[in-house]
Amino acid sequence: MAEALMWPDEIYRILRAWNVTQFSYVPDAGHTVLINRSLEDPEVHSVALTTEEEGVAMLAGAHLGGAHGVVLMQSSGVGNCVNMFSFVKNGQFPMLILVSMRGDFGEGNPWQMPMGQAVQPVLEACGFLCMRVEQPTEVPAALQAACTMVYQAGQAVAVLLSQQLIGAKAF
Amino acid sequence: MPSDIFRAGSAPQASTTGTLDRCEAVPKLIGNPQDFLIIAGLAGTARDVAHLCEPHGNYYACAGVMGGATAMGLGLALAQPTRRVLVVTGDGELLMNVGTFATVAIMRPPNLSIVCVDNGHYGETGYQKSHTSLGVDLAAMAAGAGIPAVRTVTHESEIAEAAALIRQMDAPSFVVLKVKPTDPPKVRRSMDAAWTKHRFRDALLGTR
Repeated sequence: MAEALMWPDEIYRILRAWNVTQFSYVPDAGHTVLINRSLEDPEVHSVALTTEEEGVAMLAGAHLGGAHGVVLMQSSGVGNCVNMFSFVKNGQFPMLILVSMRGDFGEGNPWQMPMGQAVQPVLEACGFLCMRVEQPTEVPAALQAACTMVYQAGQAVAVLLSQQLIGAKAF
Repeated sequence: MPSDIFRAGSAPQASTTGTLDRCEAVPKLIGNPQDFLIIAGLAGTARDVAHLCEPHGNYYACAGVMGGATAMGLGLALAQPTRRVLVVTGDGELLMNVGTFATVAIMRPPNLSIVCVDNGHYGETGYQKSHTSLGVDLAAMAAGAGIPAVRTVTHESEIAEAAALIRQMDAPSFVVLKVKPTDPPKVRRSMDAAWTKHRFRDALLGTR
């Protein structure tokens, strides 16, 4: 149980160990802990966006300036980013996005289903490697692997935090 | 019918297109481009900036990610707090993500300036009128978002003050440069977003 509660803190610890200093997001329940941790951390920039695609462009700007960033988004936010993902295939910019999934396991809101089910094919079409995480115990290794591929190998990686991990929102 | 709907509301009908020549006004406003790390928008502003900066790698120009230049500038400004970052983009590019004014305003990066070369038209696609030709005021939108220093430059005599403003390091600023809908400088530039990325990073960081 402790492990189940701690996985978002573990994500934050790993991101900070990789010297991630720009956390951007459109506020989202699934990323509450990460967002709050970044707001409380004087060593990082915690950036509330008006749309997720701003975060993708910020990642490109951060990389130009030698900084590590991450964008936290809900699955619906992936749809807001598609053209901005051109930085991946044309620019080979390293990118890490963490996607809190809606519209998958146990979803009760039908409006979330179309984009939730489109997340992985859309991201893969745009050049992202997707890593899906379903159990709390999988989180540390998945984040460590993702950070290595992004910040060391220069890849674009999306970590999909499933509704099995986060818990389906009750309506 | 659609155009009537488009013109509804309080937007004035009169054209607000500028009279400055971008080929003269942009270089005067920017001055020495080496004072800045520059993110350029698409098409016209990419050429404005490439014409000023080539062959140096202190600029990065977009070509197909419309609406991202200001957010790129924000990421760069946060990453390089001791350098002055300048975004030079067009009215159409800014209008696509005008919400980024709000994001910049709440972050208040002291080293970020944004210049809109506002010709009131989508020049690259055939000079269709943009919203700023039809009364939409980007300066008012930026001020409403909370950008602390905002100027609209319509005459040559106003350029010097705006040029000083974009060099300040105490708050983000936004300058609308009202220009005629005429072509930007002719300049060859790379459309390879990876090559230009490496060139920028080599120049700034001395490493890939």
